[in-house]
Amino acid sequence: MSSIISEIVDKNQHQLLEAWMHFQREKLGNRQDRISDAQLRANSEQFLASLRTSLNSGSTNISTPEWARTRELLGDLSSQRATQGFSPTETATFVFSFKQALLAALQARLAKDPEALVQESYKADELLDQLGLYTTEVYQKSREQVINRQQQEMMELSTPVVELWEGILALPLIGTLDSNRTQIVMQNLLEAIVRDGADLAIIDITGVPTVDTLVAQHLLKTVAAARLMGADCIISGIRPQIAQTIIHLGVDLSGVLTKATLVEAFRLALKKKSLTITKA
Amino acid sequence: MERIPILRIGRVLLVTIQVDMHDRLAMSLQDDLTARIVSDQAAGVLIDISALDIVDSFIGRMLGNIASMARILDAETVVVGMQPSVAITLVELGLSLPGIRTALNVDRGMDLLRVSEDQGEQK
Repeated sequence: MSSIISEIVDKNQHQLLEAWMHFQREKLGNRQDRISDAQLRANSEQFLASLRTSLNSGSTNISTPEWARTRELLGDLSSQRATQGFSPTETATFVFSFKQALLAALQARLAKDPEALVQESYKADELLDQLGLYTTEVYQKSREQVINRQQQEMMELSTPVVELWEGILALPLIGTLDSNRTQIVMQNLLEAIVRDGADLAIIDITGVPTVDTLVAQHLLKTVAAARLMGADCIISGIRPQIAQTIIHLGVDLSGVLTKATLVEAFRLALKKKSLTITKA
Repeated sequence: MERIPILRIGRVLLVTIQVDMHDRLAMSLQDDLTARIVSDQAAGVLIDISALDIVDSFIGRMLGNIASMARILDAETVVVGMQPSVAITLVELGLSLPGIRTALNVDRGMDLLRVSEDQGEQK
């Protein structure tokens, strides 16, 4: 089917590689600090070799098993470039600059037969577009993986449960509370209650930027869950604006002990445990 | 027929639920418990559910019923030992068991009952 393309790739491997390297260098320009020339050449050689095998199979649909090796190679390259900090354009350039080289070779070969040239160019175009899009897709996916991992890490970082006193836990919340985080916060708190045998927990929301009905509901859920485990909760760190918002929204916090500051909450907690702090 | 054992410690009755509850078992527990509260003149009931991995709305309602019944017979009910996962599930289901007192473990539950008994006598 694409016999002319595969023939060109087969026979003119060396010229193609040189031309391609030239275009890549030109396009990447000042990006050469991120990837060495030798590395680029090795990547290009590998790609050319596997492209050749895939082309020889006669298939031009890149989702067939004949293209598996090439896809894998491109996938590795894209995710590698994604983590190295290349932009999507720069990553896709790898494939698209090869198009230039290939089209130039086609032109030289089919100069006398314009009709065939158009046809073959179209085929080459389509094939390399597929590969280019595939690169971008993989790039996107690996970026998403990075984002997901960071989200996960942030989630774990921002929900510590600390023991203030025997049986008194503090849970300083920082950042917005969504359902996912509430779940983790709740779980951490309940596990800490069991582990430390605590019967009082102070939830400090100084670091929560906004409290809407959903966040309030999540807070109430956490308090209710702690109560089921036999621990009382005190919510502290309610800023004046947040107090106003809560009332304007009509959220009912009357069933929950609230204090303006962590200090006040801690004082109340000590009182509930019949403890006093005196000067030595 | 299987029954849930009711143990007496001082003036407190201890019920440990270790098997899956079903209607018949729940009914017989209610019968037995109310009878024992009267015959033993119990002041408190401790229900230990630490062995339960799943608590559904049925058991939730049953616990509420038992607490209400005990209150009429002048006994305080405390549910103890709820697993964290169970607490989360109940809250997500919207069952926060209002009207039931809770404690972390049997020990804490006993303390709670002792305190409320003392307060009751002072009144």
